[in-house]
Amino acid sequence: MLQLCLTVHTFFNLAVITFFYFSRKSASFYTSIMAVEFEGGVVIGADSRTTTGAYIANRVTDKLTPIHERIFCCRSGSAADTQAIADAVTYQLGFHSIELDEAPLVQTAASLFREMCYRYREELMAGIIVAGWDPRRGGQVYTVPVGGMMTRQPVSVGGSGSSYIYGYVDSNYRAGMSKEECLKFTAEALTLAMERDGSSGGVVRLAVVSEQGVERQVILGNQLPKFSTV
Amino acid sequence: KCPLVVSRTFWGKNIKCVCFYRNALLEADINKLGFSSPAARKTGTTICGVVYKDGVVLGADTRATEGMVVADKNCSKIHYISPNIYCCGAGTAADTEMTTQIISSNLELHSLSTGRLPRVTTANRMLKQMLFRYQGYIGAALVLGGVDCNGPHLYSIYPHGSTDKLPYVTMGSGSLAAMAVFEDRYRPNMEEEEAKRLVRDAIAAGIFNDLGSGSNIDLCVITKGKVDYLRPHDMANKKGVRTGSYRYKHGTTGVLTKAVTPLNLEVVEESVQTMDTS
Repeated sequence: MLQLCLTVHTFFNLAVITFFYFSRKSASFYTSIMAVEFEGGVVIGADSRTTTGAYIANRVTDKLTPIHERIFCCRSGSAADTQAIADAVTYQLGFHSIELDEAPLVQTAASLFREMCYRYREELMAGIIVAGWDPRRGGQVYTVPVGGMMTRQPVSVGGSGSSYIYGYVDSNYRAGMSKEECLKFTAEALTLAMERDGSSGGVVRLAVVSEQGVERQVILGNQLPKFSTV
Repeated sequence: KCPLVVSRTFWGKNIKCVCFYRNALLEADINKLGFSSPAARKTGTTICGVVYKDGVVLGADTRATEGMVVADKNCSKIHYISPNIYCCGAGTAADTEMTTQIISSNLELHSLSTGRLPRVTTANRMLKQMLFRYQGYIGAALVLGGVDCNGPHLYSIYPHGSTDKLPYVTMGSGSLAAMAVFEDRYRPNMEEEEAKRLVRDAIAAGIFNDLGSGSNIDLCVITKGKVDYLRPHDMANKKGVRTGSYRYKHGTTGVLTKAVTPLNLEVVEESVQTMDTS
């Protein structure tokens, strides 16, 4: 149905010679995002590139969106879709948290994302990783890819750049890493993805979510870890 | 048989795509006769904004195109949203005009309800939620800027409803040329004159290097408590003045002979019809 409407729309536009460069492309995060659990919290990371077609619309995007005090989501896919979903879930979770009078569970946030992504799966293009800390189960990572599945994983990668680092992540992840090791692991994995994926780039944004709160950091382009000089 | 009204339910709300099939059928009929349907008027354009020390500077060119023809040589692309918030619009001219007017009206009601000066982030949210609801069919790409109680803010809003909050943004067909100027010369916390010069140069880059942008440069400088709407700030494309006259003087052509032949006409019928001036 969506395809049919789009075809008719472009047919209707035949006589319009457009000078508007971004006419049929929406802003997207074909991106690299990642989240890792550790004892006491989670480390999340993302690149910072938003593209409309071949033009980089925003080279310093923040794809790590706070949903609640200690729950974040990493967004990939269509920028408009993920921003709208994140705003909706932020509102719903805030309301739920006030009703409960306590901090919401990360699983609740992930369920809200899953509910929305599955119900409107035909219209949306959104791949989201929900990660955070709650008092009941500690640090958790839930992945809600395109289509609306939800599953909990100790480490999760997403976006177009993730294809290039599955091998790296599978071979280098060990259970029981410390916070610093997780940060280094995430930064290196995202650097490798950004190196090979054209739709990922810019800076690496990292965040550590734990009982103490949120610490954010940015690794600029010239400070990224170096691998080969080929 | 094509349905006349396509009703899609999205996000719990119905958007009625009334005109799709009708327009497609009309287009086919017109093409059969050998004509092409009229092009929608677009502002293939250059718009940009920059945050400086005391506020925000918004800039725009003034050309509106209908296909390959310039429809308006001096159109105004910087729209009023509220006394402290202005919005530049690129894309389909009607869409940007109407969208900004709708949000301006809603924001004024909201401001009366809260009893406060409206915030730029409120305007941003209203615009992005409306554009997302219409799934990109409203072709409005906007640069929203203003100063509120939390300082100066600048947002770029895309037709599908995604927004970016940045210190400098460009939109429209000339955005690449304008962004090149910004990336070269932007510094945080510029002075007002420097910021105005930067925006003027960025729009000029779009005007002279993009076919969809042209004519003059409009600027809008927004600071806390004051708005300078400079239209035009720079008439970069003044129409040239003819340096000579092509009229021939009286007597250039010499008269050789002159013959007068009176025509004998007789009046056949004379009737008077009074004009209805009631």
